[in-house]
Amino acid sequence: MDTLRLHLDHGLRTFRLALELEIGAETVALVGPSGAGKSSVLRAVAGLLRPERGVVALGMERWLDTSRGIDLPPERRRVGLVFQEYALFPHLDVHGNVAFGARDHRVVPELLERLRITGLARARPNELSGGERQRVALARALAREPDVLLLDEPLSALDAHTRGTVRAELHELLVGLRMPTLLVTHDFEDAATLADRVGVLVEGRVLQLGTPQELVGAPSDPFVASFTGANLLLGVAGPGRDGLTEVALDGGGVVWTTDSGRGRVAVAVYPWEVSLSRDAPDDSAVNHVRAPVASLVSLGNRVRVRVGPLTAEVTAASARRLRLGEGEVVVASFKATGSRLLPFA
Amino acid sequence: MRPTPFAAVFIGVTALSLAFLLLPIVAIFAELSLSELLDGLTSEVALDALRVTAETNLVAMALILVFGTPTAYLLATKRFRGRALLVTVVELPLVLPPAVAGLGLLAAFGRLGLLGSRLDALGLQIGLGTKTAVVLAITFVASPFYVRTAIAAFDAVDADLIAASRTLGAGPARTFGRVALPLASGGLGAGLALAFARGLGEFGATIMFAGSLQGVTQTLSLAVYQEFDIDFDTALAIGALLVIASALVLFAAKLIPAWTRSDSTSITGSAPSVSR
Repeated sequence: MDTLRLHLDHGLRTFRLALELEIGAETVALVGPSGAGKSSVLRAVAGLLRPERGVVALGMERWLDTSRGIDLPPERRRVGLVFQEYALFPHLDVHGNVAFGARDHRVVPELLERLRITGLARARPNELSGGERQRVALARALAREPDVLLLDEPLSALDAHTRGTVRAELHELLVGLRMPTLLVTHDFEDAATLADRVGVLVEGRVLQLGTPQELVGAPSDPFVASFTGANLLLGVAGPGRDGLTEVALDGGGVVWTTDSGRGRVAVAVYPWEVSLSRDAPDDSAVNHVRAPVASLVSLGNRVRVRVGPLTAEVTAASARRLRLGEGEVVVASFKATGSRLLPFA
Repeated sequence: MRPTPFAAVFIGVTALSLAFLLLPIVAIFAELSLSELLDGLTSEVALDALRVTAETNLVAMALILVFGTPTAYLLATKRFRGRALLVTVVELPLVLPPAVAGLGLLAAFGRLGLLGSRLDALGLQIGLGTKTAVVLAITFVASPFYVRTAIAAFDAVDADLIAASRTLGAGPARTFGRVALPLASGGLGAGLALAFARGLGEFGATIMFAGSLQGVTQTLSLAVYQEFDIDFDTALAIGALLVIASALVLFAAKLIPAWTRSDSTSITGSAPSVSR
């Protein structure tokens, strides 16, 4: 399996897209807010956007090399691109859509079977649900027998109800394909579930690229931390008691962390590192915030609770036991070892 | 319930407008008995004019399709300097007085025109009294009706569908044939129907450029004008035929897009899921 190499330098509306990426037989997700240049990356790989400078190469084959004047048109790059809203041909039925790009029509029934859309072969795209459309779009892209798969926000067009199931199916499919796959999404959870490696793309730059565990465990930057779901507490760090770093928070109060740092910082704490109690507990947690509950959001067997500047995630059973309710004053606690200190400019 | 004064005024004005538009059409039929209508339509003048109109319009519509479709696709899909100017050129015959159009065609293709001597050398005579002149006159005045609608139809094809076709291995030609053309076909059909309606009624440019020669250049509209002085009933009968034909073509122009309309694939319309 060949490696996809890309190097792009291209001016977008208010910033430059500048990135370098190598993708082997794995799934890499670029995750970032909308307007970060994610779709432009996919379009450049597919040949739908010509960057000012750049190289796109699969193994020894160059699809784009602006310094040598190479720029293959989309139809000569072996990519499968799944569009955000799937872009199924409305005038063709499911079979017609999948067969459109097939080099060998024998793969069509096989793919319909594999994506469980054989029964829909004669249906028109407008008769399909969101999840079905996505499977048709995937089958259509794969029928071309591509060497690279590109997915643009593969789950954003789906409602919350079907999203979880489709995500699991898609993950299974991607693991089975073992081909260079680049997907872009604005949702870190989708990226973490689907991809082997995740890059956080902000204003055209990859702030950090690593496994989802690396991004959560050691975010390099406050933005990466907040994007992966961490609470950020801003303040000024200095040496504190017992060899800990003491951070005087902008909003008042002090927290301690085992990470070292000085000056303007962001303390990153993940919601699952925060525990709640009625009174300040006498346990190993050194950081306590006493504040009324601002909001409660139930997520199945978990509850997200907003307490002052912190969001905590506790089990639904704990929330019931503590009789949490909006406006009730509780203590949110986290350990000094459960927080990361990031320089904040 | 009594309508408000505002509604009453607007309903009244609308009724007057419709009556004004319908009265002349009704009058044509009211002046004629059925036997007079049939006599008029089976007269030699009418039959000749019908044949000339059918032949010249058929060729003109084919020319408009063959030349207008690629032109419209290019103008709809490419963005370049001077595009607006080119679109204006394409639309110009729409606002040009037909008599001026005929004069221009004469000055360009007539025997003494710009290209006349060169065409003569090739053995092509296009001027007065030729069917080719009728075809050119119709093509000139009717083409903007098709090209304008076609530009809008190609423009309405989702750019993602074109991009999808390309990434699926189809080059520009196959993408045009298998995606752009079928998706725009409703609009193209409507545009062609409008152009045909205009072609049926073409008068000014034809009489200036091709003349009114029965059996050769005399179309239905020209026959109405000639019979007006000779046999008013025949003029009315041909007029009635033109009214019916034009109305049918207009209906077709409205129906064609609805027949071929294919719903967009975007999720925004929250498609019902197929229950199985």
